[in-house]
Amino acid sequence: MFDYLQYVRQENFPHIWCSGCGDGIVLKALIRSMDKLGLSQDETVMVSGIGCSSRTPGYVDINTLHTTHGRALAFATGVKIANPDLNVIVVTGDGDATAIGGNHFIHAARRNIDLTVLLYNNYIYGMTGGQCSPTTPRGAYASTAQHGNLEPPFNISGLAIAAGASFVARGDVYNVKKLETLIGKALQKKGFSLVEVVSPCPTAFGRRNRMARPVKMMEQLRDTVVSVEKWEKMTDEERKGKFRTGILKDIEKPEFTAEYAKLIEKMRPEE
Amino acid sequence: MKKVIMGNHAVSYGVRASEVKVISAYPITPQTHVVELLSEMCANGEIDAKFIKVESEHSAMAACVGASAAGSRAFTATSAQGLLLMHEMLHWAVGARLPIVLANINRAVGPPWSIWTDQNDSLSQRDVGWLQIYCESNQETQDTVPQAFKIAEELQMPVMLVMDAFFLSHTYEIVDMIEKEQVREFLPPYKPDIKIDTADQHSFGNLAGPDHYMELRYMIQKAMDRGLDVIKRVDSEFEEMFGRGYGLIEPYRCDDAETILVTSGTVASTTRVVIDELRDEGVRVGSLKIRVFRPFPIEDVFEVLSKAKKVAVIDRNISFGAHGIFYQEIKSALYGRTDIPIIGYIAGLGGRDITPKVIREIADKAIGDEQPERYINWIGVKI
Repeated sequence: MFDYLQYVRQENFPHIWCSGCGDGIVLKALIRSMDKLGLSQDETVMVSGIGCSSRTPGYVDINTLHTTHGRALAFATGVKIANPDLNVIVVTGDGDATAIGGNHFIHAARRNIDLTVLLYNNYIYGMTGGQCSPTTPRGAYASTAQHGNLEPPFNISGLAIAAGASFVARGDVYNVKKLETLIGKALQKKGFSLVEVVSPCPTAFGRRNRMARPVKMMEQLRDTVVSVEKWEKMTDEERKGKFRTGILKDIEKPEFTAEYAKLIEKMRPEE
Repeated sequence: MKKVIMGNHAVSYGVRASEVKVISAYPITPQTHVVELLSEMCANGEIDAKFIKVESEHSAMAACVGASAAGSRAFTATSAQGLLLMHEMLHWAVGARLPIVLANINRAVGPPWSIWTDQNDSLSQRDVGWLQIYCESNQETQDTVPQAFKIAEELQMPVMLVMDAFFLSHTYEIVDMIEKEQVREFLPPYKPDIKIDTADQHSFGNLAGPDHYMELRYMIQKAMDRGLDVIKRVDSEFEEMFGRGYGLIEPYRCDDAETILVTSGTVASTTRVVIDELRDEGVRVGSLKIRVFRPFPIEDVFEVLSKAKKVAVIDRNISFGAHGIFYQEIKSALYGRTDIPIIGYIAGLGGRDITPKVIREIADKAIGDEQPERYINWIGVKI
């Protein structure tokens, strides 16, 4: 059995996540990916903002930085530029990264800076008790959408692709082995890499949307997730109500800190 | 009708009674209940208001600025980091002379992260030009909302209503509910002289060169100067109609007091208990609650404190490198007019409870012969 203990701060447990929350599953998948790649705990930094997902750094025994709401990517950009040798992982959520921190999200992707972003998408502000987020589906209920949400949601992976990220993948906490693989690939990628992790929030989202039982939310994930390979062969009709997981974009393009280093080299006065 | 409600909901009911037209907010603990209940009220038609779910506090205040400039009564609520993120827009609301009301639930600022109370969030916004009113009970909180709108609209200045996180925001108390039918008489619908109007066009927020900028700042200060009288008058009008008034400050057993403890927020209630205990023991002490912090009621404060022999100020905040912030204000209010010692105490930061025992400790120190450090005395620090 895999030993997680060397990677966690045992003194900070039990964790604060609710029963049925997917966030712990992501944490474990991340730890296994780090272990498989042999990432040094001393040379890995985790940066988060605010929200349920952003509590993750408190539990991982690496260098961690819990920052302000929405700004994790800005802090992480500073960390990475100051010391490009560090592995920098950003843990964030749909509210943190695409509402209050939306600007940082698109600009970090555009800049293609070498950060690995795990964005837990649970379609809601969980920590403050279930307000609409930028990914709450149209018509879904939230404490600030008593008659159903009026606003169309963001497609987070699509947003990152459009903004210029070099690696974008979507995973989910039902298909855990696949999630672990996607996180591993994202960690290895040199450039802005995003793994959007679809993760259930039975407490704040499920209860208001006829999915109060965590098992029901997991079953719904199982039944709506389609691999990108399968997705390609499906008709529009068959795609309705489903979403795809897997690698959505994986290209090579100049990475910001590497380009910066080259510029410094180029501008260095000759001896 | 009387109801048992939480402090946050006292704000929401105050907003409902004030017939606000636009509410724009972003969730943050410990404020979220305020706007959650308001969003429910908007959804079920209890208020005829539009609720905007914005993407940050900065946008929340920006949306209030827009709504208010368009002639609507606008409201938002926030805490700590949210208020700090709004900072640029707080200045804007003042400069644009918009009567927005904001409820700030006092929460300590990170890092380290804290969701518990202290006053550094609102007091760090001291100089932006918002009026600030510190509430002590759920009743006062509810009643202060329509008062705040009335004051704001008369002065064309934004007003911040402030209350302690958890000790008040999450505490349930009996509140005599105010209803909009009654409040309408006290606070008629908002009718600005100038607004964004296609039929009568104006330019808002334009560039003002050195020839004009200073005059506009002068007018803001003039509005603040008028503020104290307006707040007093609005409060007595409210009292006439509803039987409850709060004043700019609230002295308690100060008449023959040798030592006066200056407080604000919920600490004021706890302090009164300690004052009673000490009075029973024959000690001549009193307390003074500061309700209105901006504009600062210098004359009223002087009137009460100048009769004492010693003043002790309890600050649940700190201006690093200087002193407690209420302490500074009190000292400057008394400057050159009296030579009674004013002693500052810092207590209860980050939500540490200020119990009767803590206040007793402060009172004992202040009353005692021992001469404490004048400016800053930390209470209960474990270092």
